[in-house]
Amino acid sequence: MSTISPRETLDRAIDELLAQLVEQSAMVEKAITDAVQALNEQNIEHAKLIYVADRQINKKHFEIEENVITLIATQQPMARDLRLLAAILEVTTELERMGDYGKGIARIVVRIGSEDLLPPIRHIQPMAKVCVDLLHRAIQAFVERDAETARILPGEDDKVDDYFNTVYRELMDQMISSPGSVDQANHLLWVAHNLERVADRVTNVCERIVFVVTGEMLEMDRTDDEWYADEPW
Amino acid sequence: MAENDYKIITENLVLQYSDGTESLKNITLNIPRHAISVLFGPAGGGKSTYLRVLNRLNDLASVNEMSGRAILFTKDGQPLNLLHPDIDITALRRRVGMVFARPVVLPMSIKENLTYGLQVAGERNRSRLNQAVERSLTQAALWDEVKDRLDDPAVDLSGGQQQRLCIARSLALEPEVLLLDEPTSGLDPISTGKVEASLQELKKDYTIILVPHSVQQAARTADYAAFFLQGELVEYAVGHEMFTKPKNQRTADYIEGRFG
Repeated sequence: MSTISPRETLDRAIDELLAQLVEQSAMVEKAITDAVQALNEQNIEHAKLIYVADRQINKKHFEIEENVITLIATQQPMARDLRLLAAILEVTTELERMGDYGKGIARIVVRIGSEDLLPPIRHIQPMAKVCVDLLHRAIQAFVERDAETARILPGEDDKVDDYFNTVYRELMDQMISSPGSVDQANHLLWVAHNLERVADRVTNVCERIVFVVTGEMLEMDRTDDEWYADEPW
Repeated sequence: MAENDYKIITENLVLQYSDGTESLKNITLNIPRHAISVLFGPAGGGKSTYLRVLNRLNDLASVNEMSGRAILFTKDGQPLNLLHPDIDITALRRRVGMVFARPVVLPMSIKENLTYGLQVAGERNRSRLNQAVERSLTQAALWDEVKDRLDDPAVDLSGGQQQRLCIARSLALEPEVLLLDEPTSGLDPISTGKVEASLQELKKDYTIILVPHSVQQAARTADYAAFFLQGELVEYAVGHEMFTKPKNQRTADYIEGRFG
C-alpha cells in the first residue's frame, strides 16, 4: 500500500491552487479583452455579460482565498511554501481588482451607447492587448516561480504608459476643439486609465514573484499615485 | 557585540563520543541573554549533545574528545569555562537548570519537590523556602492551579502540570540559564500552550535554550533559531527570518518537510 507524505499532500494542494489562479487570470484576461471589444463594437448586450462574468471572478477569488487559509491552518507551511501562499492571497486580490477594471470598461460601453466614437478609440484595443499580454506572462512567471521574467516585465509597462499619454493628449485636443465631446472623451480617458491600472497591478504581481523566490520585498515600479504622494505640496 | 554581551559563547566546539560518532563539528554559536534560543533539526543532529555540554551532562557519557571554547558569563559578568575539567559541577547545574522531555517528579508533595533542591543546598529558612515555592510556581504558570493543595503528592498532577512543576523546580534554584530538551513532547496542546506561554514570561529573567519537539514549536517560540544537521550548525538566524526566509537550502528543505 502506498502512502502519501505530508509533503506530497502540500505539493498537490499548491499545484491545485496555482491552477485555480491561472483560471482566475484567464477569466480576467477574457473580461478585459471582451470589454474592449464590446467598446469597439458598441455592443451593449455583450458589455452586460461582462458584469455577470465579474461575479464569477469574485467567486473564484473567494474560493482561492478560502483554500489558502485552509492550507495554512491544516499544513502549517513554512519558508518558501508560506511565502508562496501569502503571495497567492495577494495575487488573487490583484486579479479580482483587475476584473473590476474590466467591468468598469463594460459600464462605460453602456454609458456611451451608440453615439459615434471619438478617433482616439483606435489606441484602446492595442493598449489592452499589451496589458493582457503582460498579465498572462506575469501569471505564467508566477506559476513557474520565474524571478528573472518578473524583473523584466515591469519595464514593459512603459508601453502602456506611452499609450495612455497618447490617448490623454488626443482626448484633451478633442475636448478643446469640440466641447460637445467632453462627456465621451472623459469616458474614454477612464477606459485608458483602467487599462493603465491593470498594468500597474501586473507590476505588483511581479513583486510577489520575486518575494516568493528570494524572500525579498522589492518595489519594482512605483505607480503615479505613489510619485504624487511624495511631492512636497 | 562584545563576547560578554552574550550569556554563552561557544567557539569551534567539537565533541566526539568514544564509539567514534562525531557529535558536534566545530560549532560556533553565541546565545543571547533574555531570549529563547531554539536548537532544531532532525534526530542525531547534535542538539541535545550541545545542550548537555552546557551543564556538563556529557560527563556521564563516554566522550572521546571535547575541544574548542564554551564560556558562560555569570550574572556578575565573570567568564566561566564550561569545558574546564575541574569545574564545580553542582554549582554549574544550579546556574544552568535543565528540563527533560518526560517530567520526572520526585515521590514527594508538590511543595517538597520545590524545596528539596534548596534544602540540599543548605537553605533552612522556612519563610524563604515558602517564598521560593510561590515564586517558582508563579513563574512556571502553575501557582493558581496548585496553591490550595501544595501538600498533595506531586504524582497526582496531570502530565502538563508535572512538566510545569519540573520547570518550577529548576527555577526554585534561581538558575541563570534554563535548558529544555523537548519539554512538551508528551503534552497535550493545551498544556503545551501553557508551557510555551510561561517560557515567554520567563525569558525576561532567564536565558532560555529550547530543543523543540516540532518545527512548528520552533517557529512559535524562537527569538533566535539554530538549525543542526549531522553535528553541524547549518544556519543561525533571528527566529522569524529562519522560518519565513531561511538562507540555506538544507534549512529550507528541512523546515518545508522535504526531509526529516
